[in-house]
Amino acid sequence: MTISAERPTQVVASSVAPPAKRGRKWTQRPGWLSQHLGMAIVGAILGYIVGHWFGNYVSSSYPYIANSGSNAIANTLGLSVGVLGWLLGIGALNYPLAKLIGREGREDAPVEGWSKYFRYTLDHKVVGMQYVVGVLLFLFTGGILAMAIRTELLNPTTHVFSADTYIKIVSEHGTIMMMMATSIVVGPLGNYLVPLMIGARRMAFPRIEAFSFWIFVAGYMVIFSALPYGGFPTGWTGYAPLQTQAGAGMVSYLLGFAVIGLGMMAAGFNIAVTIINYRAPGMSWSRLPIFVWSILATAALLTLATPVLFAGGLFGLLDKTVQTAFYVNEHGGSSYLWQNLFWFFGHPEVYIMALPGFGIVGEIMPVFTRKPLFAYKVAAAGMIGVALLSFFVWQHHLFQSGINPDMRPLFMLTTELISIPTGFIFLVGMGSLYKAKIRFEVPMLFCMALFFNFLIGGVTGVFLSDVPVNVTVHGGFFVLSHFHYTIMGGLLFAFMAGLYFWLPKMTGRMMNSRIGKWHFWTMFVFFNLTFFPMFVIGLLGQPRRVFTYATNLQGLNDFSSVSAFLLGASFLLFFANLMWSMFISPVKAPANPWDSLGLEWQTANPVPLYNFERIPVVMTDPYRYSEPGAPAFADLGEGASSSASTAGSSQA
Amino acid sequence: MTTIWVILSVVADLVFWFAVGPHMPPGRLTETAINNQKTFNVLLVLALPVLIGVWVYLGYAATVWSAKHKDAPESVGGEAARTNRKAQVWWIVITSVVVLFLAGYGSYAVVVEHGSGGGEGPNPVWTPQGAVKAELAAQSGTAQWAPGEDKPLVVQVIGQQWKFTYRYPAFGGFESAQLILPAHATIVFNVTSLDVIHSFWAYQLSVKADANPQVNDVAYTETKQTGNFTVRCSELCGIWHGSMFNYGKVVSQSDFEQWATSTESANAANTKNLPPFAWTYVPDANGTAGGLYPDGTVTPYSPSEVYGSKTPAS
Repeated sequence: MTISAERPTQVVASSVAPPAKRGRKWTQRPGWLSQHLGMAIVGAILGYIVGHWFGNYVSSSYPYIANSGSNAIANTLGLSVGVLGWLLGIGALNYPLAKLIGREGREDAPVEGWSKYFRYTLDHKVVGMQYVVGVLLFLFTGGILAMAIRTELLNPTTHVFSADTYIKIVSEHGTIMMMMATSIVVGPLGNYLVPLMIGARRMAFPRIEAFSFWIFVAGYMVIFSALPYGGFPTGWTGYAPLQTQAGAGMVSYLLGFAVIGLGMMAAGFNIAVTIINYRAPGMSWSRLPIFVWSILATAALLTLATPVLFAGGLFGLLDKTVQTAFYVNEHGGSSYLWQNLFWFFGHPEVYIMALPGFGIVGEIMPVFTRKPLFAYKVAAAGMIGVALLSFFVWQHHLFQSGINPDMRPLFMLTTELISIPTGFIFLVGMGSLYKAKIRFEVPMLFCMALFFNFLIGGVTGVFLSDVPVNVTVHGGFFVLSHFHYTIMGGLLFAFMAGLYFWLPKMTGRMMNSRIGKWHFWTMFVFFNLTFFPMFVIGLLGQPRRVFTYATNLQGLNDFSSVSAFLLGASFLLFFANLMWSMFISPVKAPANPWDSLGLEWQTANPVPLYNFERIPVVMTDPYRYSEPGAPAFADLGEGASSSASTAGSSQA
Repeated sequence: MTTIWVILSVVADLVFWFAVGPHMPPGRLTETAINNQKTFNVLLVLALPVLIGVWVYLGYAATVWSAKHKDAPESVGGEAARTNRKAQVWWIVITSVVVLFLAGYGSYAVVVEHGSGGGEGPNPVWTPQGAVKAELAAQSGTAQWAPGEDKPLVVQVIGQQWKFTYRYPAFGGFESAQLILPAHATIVFNVTSLDVIHSFWAYQLSVKADANPQVNDVAYTETKQTGNFTVRCSELCGIWHGSMFNYGKVVSQSDFEQWATSTESANAANTKNLPPFAWTYVPDANGTAGGLYPDGTVTPYSPSEVYGSKTPAS
């Protein structure tokens, strides 16, 4: 079969453009002004100062605002213009601005070496690596706050923090973790792997992709800026009127959601378009790797659900700044509006945080069981089913709120229906294990743990969806434990599986498997020891986000706290492994360390700038393990690297 | 593997249902508590075999099908490993049947138990007998309650940062920080808030209803015996959310009447200064409680809608 390997579009052309000549014209920037992280920081600071000054200037004649102690208009404008300055500094807006004034956007030649990771770059692999660092930073910040929460809960009456500080820590922990979790797989692994897995040379919208990363970082900083502003007391749910009542930190929360929301929409849009339009010849829907299916479903959710959060955040900002009354009951608004908008985004969001995990385990398990993925079509249908149904369940968060009480049986039904497609994933996982010779490498251990943990999370989810049981457990530690089991026990374990599995491809270095196993077992055991007691604590009547609690629950809380510290220590083990394996004592990874048939392992290592010498032609479905005589997954053409041929022969 | 699963599931279910189940929260103080406890137990009895099934399967896979096990089967690919129509159909049928049963059972419980103790908003659809009449009487200021009359008792729960208070319209609308209830009576809680969203969670009564400002959230229960219970706020309402709790008592009907009448007369002077009984209250924008314009330079938005407005705003 001949392959029509036409080189796609301008980006390729610009990349092969000769490097800029020495001696520059006055329109070209000198080297120290080239756009990188440093310029972004300068831009953000300048933008903040200008925006804040302008906000104070325009609102100075309104005594209510001027005398209120904190000027929400100045804060909002400061942070918004700061974000704008950040994007200008990194160069994310060069192209659209050039187009605006009628010029052709100028492309810098791709930068080599380390410095490319600190720049706005159109290479999806660099963006993927940037996301790895970004989400780990996010994760660590949230994790430290979690340690602070568990420290406070060691004793019901002796306090480490003031009530005020404590609630701000809780709120910041929730918000940071939730926003991190929406991107933790789609960002690093989705951006890095999707083009490789579908045989594409690039993303559909590389500029939008790079924009999504840099605005994600800006959003992180905006959310974090709540702490210097004095925090916000609303938890990650930000219910009005507490939101309306809260101080200056609330602006960071609302604007942070809007900013990160922009990044989520951009990322989802780009990835969905890429998957739909950039599949290699022969990559039909029924040959799409299951990870790509999960990312497609997630991207659809990101694109469709996030605008609601974005709008909700802006309404809140308008309430705080120009005194509109979207959420103010007394002035004709409704606090229910926020609850509806928030959860209309919020429930699809929890599937944004579950589906990529399912995709990772579906992708990894066949490699270690050496069997095809069981019931591939059921798995894909399950993901699409979960994604669709997730838009019809949001009011189960509001069963006791008094809103639409007669709709409760309906939302109970839709919520419980979601466990059918979720059950598909278990069918797929268990069928894939059936009578296999399983290699328990570190990624596989994390996959098995996902099924263990997510089962508990899923079953307790059915409890929560049942209105009579919900009366007992809503708003308590039971819920808290439930969603940590699904998000941390599911998504985070899957993310770890994905990192151990794909980092050798992404960095060319193996993760140490001995420390990896220690990391896995400590994380698995202490995760369960931390969160399982919380089901009991919740059933015994401890509400969420409390500063003091019943003294008879101290034993269980202490047990949970100590386990949580050890869980935190297991993350240190992970970081030690990361540092050791990547920097201190790197071991070169073989081209295909796990003997995977996946397309992403068949390009050269390190991956060339345009991924494939020739666009591969996909010949068959992706999981034909242990099947003598099966055709190779893809034909990589003449330029096929040696690693591809090795992987191709290992399947016999 | 199947044998291990069946034995473990049966044992776990029996132990749970007979030994643990009757002690599960929220206890047996009210009709709703008894029913919600039963629903929880039914769900757990269904869940245990699922949990045990998957765990046994994972454990079996991890030991017997491990590459380290000496008799581990060789992985076999091909069509047979890719699909198994029978397994898939059975899986989908069984999960669907379980799910539909649960949804049906849950809906039945909600309707029959008048909302299962959950907040039902200002216009509940599923009401116990006499509740609407009692509500109308409370609204018009003609509510009466006496032991043995078998009439529902209307109690208003007012949440504010950071405490709950209770008004008894059948006894002159006095306001108390104590929640005392008669045994063997239908209680109609009308939950509202003066500031942010709280949630009235009477744990042992198995009642939970969000307290929304300017919304009357109604929840029902029927007390079955005397006893103590805890009230906690279960919706984050600011920094002292964790300290927003108090205790209540279910006492005999005659004790209740005695407490109510004596508190009514003891509080009479205070009750006069309270705003007239209403389903919702809006704190005065210029009042000391802190309105929306604390500097006082702006006229209240709607002077008629102050704390104690007679017209329900919702």
